[in-house]
Amino acid sequence: MSIEQRPRRCGGWLERLIQHARVRSPWLLHFDCGSCNGCDIEVLACLTPLYDVERFGIVNVGNPLHADLLLVTGTVNRRNARVLANLYRQMAAPKKVVAIGACGLSGGIFREADNVIGGIDRIIPVDCYVPGCPPRPEAIIDGVMRVLERFGTGHPKEDVAKGKGIP
Amino acid sequence: MRRAVIPFGPQHPVLPEPLQLKLSLKDEVVVEALPALGYVHRGLESLATKRDFHQMVQVCERVCGICSVLHAICYCQGIEEIMGIAVPDRARYLRVIWGELLRLHSHLLWMGLFADSLGFESLFMQLWRIREQVLDIQEATTGNRVISGVIRIGGVCRDIDDAQRGWIQTTLAAVDRAVRQIAPVLREDFTICARTVGKGILSAEKARELGAVGPVLRASGIAQDIRQTGYAAYGELDFNPVIETAGDCHARCMVRLGEIHQSIDLIGQALARLPQGAIRNPVHGKPTGETVMRVEQPRGEVLYYLRADGGKTLARMHIRTPTFANVPVLIDLLPGLGLADVPVVVLSIDPCISCLER
Repeated sequence: MSIEQRPRRCGGWLERLIQHARVRSPWLLHFDCGSCNGCDIEVLACLTPLYDVERFGIVNVGNPLHADLLLVTGTVNRRNARVLANLYRQMAAPKKVVAIGACGLSGGIFREADNVIGGIDRIIPVDCYVPGCPPRPEAIIDGVMRVLERFGTGHPKEDVAKGKGIP
Repeated sequence: MRRAVIPFGPQHPVLPEPLQLKLSLKDEVVVEALPALGYVHRGLESLATKRDFHQMVQVCERVCGICSVLHAICYCQGIEEIMGIAVPDRARYLRVIWGELLRLHSHLLWMGLFADSLGFESLFMQLWRIREQVLDIQEATTGNRVISGVIRIGGVCRDIDDAQRGWIQTTLAAVDRAVRQIAPVLREDFTICARTVGKGILSAEKARELGAVGPVLRASGIAQDIRQTGYAAYGELDFNPVIETAGDCHARCMVRLGEIHQSIDLIGQALARLPQGAIRNPVHGKPTGETVMRVEQPRGEVLYYLRADGGKTLARMHIRTPTFANVPVLIDLLPGLGLADVPVVVLSIDPCISCLER
């Protein structure tokens, strides 16, 4: 089963308005995909008063149907791969994925462990990679802002969208 | 009446981590809770047979990002015991300081999430704002906000200078004042009391029977804290375990509130008595032998079993984490509760799924 991402073509004034609203107030979904918590608490720290991403209109939601952005931390294992793919599939297009932390990029320090498949891009296409173990909140915010620039510019990059399917 | 099964998790707004509880409900009341685990399992213990025993310190720190320093301290103490390495006095005190800073930020983090599980969003924001000051100290002294990476076999790799000592004490005094300002809300606020008092009561006998550890155990009136065994420099510092007797969610919150002040006090004591000298002793050779080591984490007692047979890597490493010990308690507490109380009781044991599954 392959996972596709088909952004709708922006044509009329209504689409342009929706596009504007999406970039100015993206809603994000955070999924801990087997991380050590280090990245998760930094993602949460972004929402709290010192970093306060709500100034960019970013709201953390619990429902994938409402989300525009998926923030994924940690490695993929044989059990949570399906959950990750399900969450991604449930999100409405256009949608973007940010992989956070060394584990999310490649498996990081856990790469050789028994139950680790690898990075997030083995399962779903990733639009932005935020390195660090754990990355600082500034880096996470930077990653999210860079992904927002890509909204409305067309198709997801082919080279990162491996999406080999669900094991 | 027919039973309905509601899956709680793995992706749930209250939980920052993927834990799944299958809740069997009759009407609105839970009759059975079955945990479904494995979403964060990485097979970390197997890495011990693939990585050099010095490199395993970094892996152990990443068993859980919130208990990181204490996992590393426990692992290093185990290896030091096997190899007979003495740790310099200054390093023992520095380990206490970083360990308690971690407990401080972990408890503030938990309280924020607990407030969030009650729907008390502004308290969550306030507590996390206070926590940032603790993270500033972590960053200034270790170079990283969350996973510090300062513990090494034979000591530590960073030092705290005199200028930093004074600054740490003034910052912690500010944290102490801020927490004291917020404490009455946690203690007496009508909404918080209505949601937590009398919810998920664990008696002392039941706590012993189920093998509860950490604040969950101490909230049931049992004064057991592994720090009393005097590892690192705790034997030379002055403290008593914080206990409560009610055994409900509110008591567990109060124990952690008490431990925040206790940690600030312990860091003050350790900074005042910080001895001069080296911070790290050299390590020669390879470990041979086996040992069991226990350390008190923010969530309770962690137990490491280490076996080495003279090679570059260990032969076996096993970790029994505090959440692993507290999950049976959770399964026992949930039946009989309303569905709306489930997030509060789940949060009250401070579940750390990354620790639990390793």
